[in-house]
Amino acid sequence: MLETARQYRCSTLRPTELVDDLLARIRSGSLNAFITVDEAGAMRDAGKAEKALKQGSGDTLTGIPVAVKDNICTRGIKTTCASKILANFVPTYDATVVERLRNRGAIIIGKTNLDEFAMGSTTTTSTFGPAKNPWDETRTPGGSSGGSAAAVAAGLCAGALGSDTGGSIRQPASFCGITGLKPTYGSVSRFGLVAFASSLDQIGPMARTARDTAVLYDAIKGHDPSDSTSVPRGYPAIDLKSPDMNGIRIGVPDEFFAEGLSPEVALSVRRGISTFEGLGARIIPISLPYIRYGVAVYYIIATAEASSNLARYDGVRYGVRKEGSGDLTDMYMETRAQGFGAEVKRRIMLGTYALSAGYYDAYYKKASQVRVLISQEFEAAFTRCDLIAGPTAPVCAFGLDEMMDDPLSIYLLDIYTIPANLAGLPALSLPCGFSGEGMPVGMQLIAPHFREDTLLGAGMAFQDHTGFHEVRP
Amino acid sequence: MKITEPEVVHVARLARLKLNTGEVEQFQKDLNSILGYMDMLSEIDTTGITPVVHATNIMNVMRPDTIIGSQTLSDALSNAPKHKAGNIVVPKVIE
Repeated sequence: MLETARQYRCSTLRPTELVDDLLARIRSGSLNAFITVDEAGAMRDAGKAEKALKQGSGDTLTGIPVAVKDNICTRGIKTTCASKILANFVPTYDATVVERLRNRGAIIIGKTNLDEFAMGSTTTTSTFGPAKNPWDETRTPGGSSGGSAAAVAAGLCAGALGSDTGGSIRQPASFCGITGLKPTYGSVSRFGLVAFASSLDQIGPMARTARDTAVLYDAIKGHDPSDSTSVPRGYPAIDLKSPDMNGIRIGVPDEFFAEGLSPEVALSVRRGISTFEGLGARIIPISLPYIRYGVAVYYIIATAEASSNLARYDGVRYGVRKEGSGDLTDMYMETRAQGFGAEVKRRIMLGTYALSAGYYDAYYKKASQVRVLISQEFEAAFTRCDLIAGPTAPVCAFGLDEMMDDPLSIYLLDIYTIPANLAGLPALSLPCGFSGEGMPVGMQLIAPHFREDTLLGAGMAFQDHTGFHEVRP
Repeated sequence: MKITEPEVVHVARLARLKLNTGEVEQFQKDLNSILGYMDMLSEIDTTGITPVVHATNIMNVMRPDTIIGSQTLSDALSNAPKHKAGNIVVPKVIE
């Protein structure tokens, strides 16, 4: 992204030339990374950007092609959430993040594939078919922001937006060998993000490098009066010079290297941590005993919130309607039966059950209390360290034909990413190695609330001394 | 068995989801397995802990009472599956 901006500035590349080339590559590719490509809009905006650059009025993002996950509203461009129920939905407004990117001159090239309503870790529950991993097209790119990750890794856009409720930016970033940031809850507006689990959802940037990720984050962050959970405070620009890592304290929790972790992933992540040590960071062993309950807590809270958020899809105001045998309730039930896929129904059922009379205390209330314990545990840990490091996911990208039938084993893939969502903390996934089969491995860094500067700074320092982010599929 | 078949049917009704027999069976199996896993939470003593509903501590966010633009009627209706004379049409609710 910064490289493209530099090429624009020395006129060795023009936006229309780049966008034209990307559109041709998207058209001829087989990754299924995009649900909708806005060819006309992208070419129009490339023309505008070219004019601005010629007049010298452009900034870093002018003419930069960005892909947007298809659960983020784009005015006049279909936003489907990869669901049948929204297959024909055309928003009448832009999400705040899209508006901010457009105002900076970025080009929205298209809308990327995801698990239906962002519920999944493989981009296989999309009603438009699975997205594929550019490192090996027989494998999953991860999910739910799998289309965004695949598009960035394959160089079909300079950067992308994803959303992360339990790891949906970081895990696909890890599977596709790119950099992905889940920002602090409340630092990026959710206005225009189709809600899945409102207390956990956060939009964030994905790019090849930590620096590019920082540039995108800078463009989208900040208070938005249209989102009442957006936190009003100062949001200083991220320094793109990599910081001195000398004396930075990195906590490494035992629980992040427990059973279920692939030995290859463990090895690469351990080496990544040693790289930081080589740069002068102090490695501090820590313990976070409550995070082992994270998956259980998450799948109660996220499904409870989802069951409530998805009640709006009733075939009345938008989306697809299926008439039943006559009455209104029947129309609702028929619309939802035909409009939602199996995983979405499963989560609505689980969430409805967890909130229903007689079970509320045992599930939802209990989970919300354990969530407090997890947050407190992080707070205590951050008195002893500046960052926490570990793997992003327990495994590398696996084959699309190796998909597990049991939903619980898929849920357990989120074991390392979920805690940051429960506590609202910012977290970054960085490429830190490759498996024996050549699949990328991701390392996760977690920082205290609103310390994206420390997090992205560490990412830049790491990438200044390693080459994993430069290897292309 | 955490959740019985009649309970699955009841929850589906609450969630306004029409399920076929195969789905009822499948979801009963899936939900039992997932809820079984969630039992681990009962190991933790949470007496006296006030539950949180979100991760930031901001509440009651107000905006100044100023008039701003809103969607036009045609925009608001543009995605409605059925509408007539500026109104959304649904199956009859009151006899």
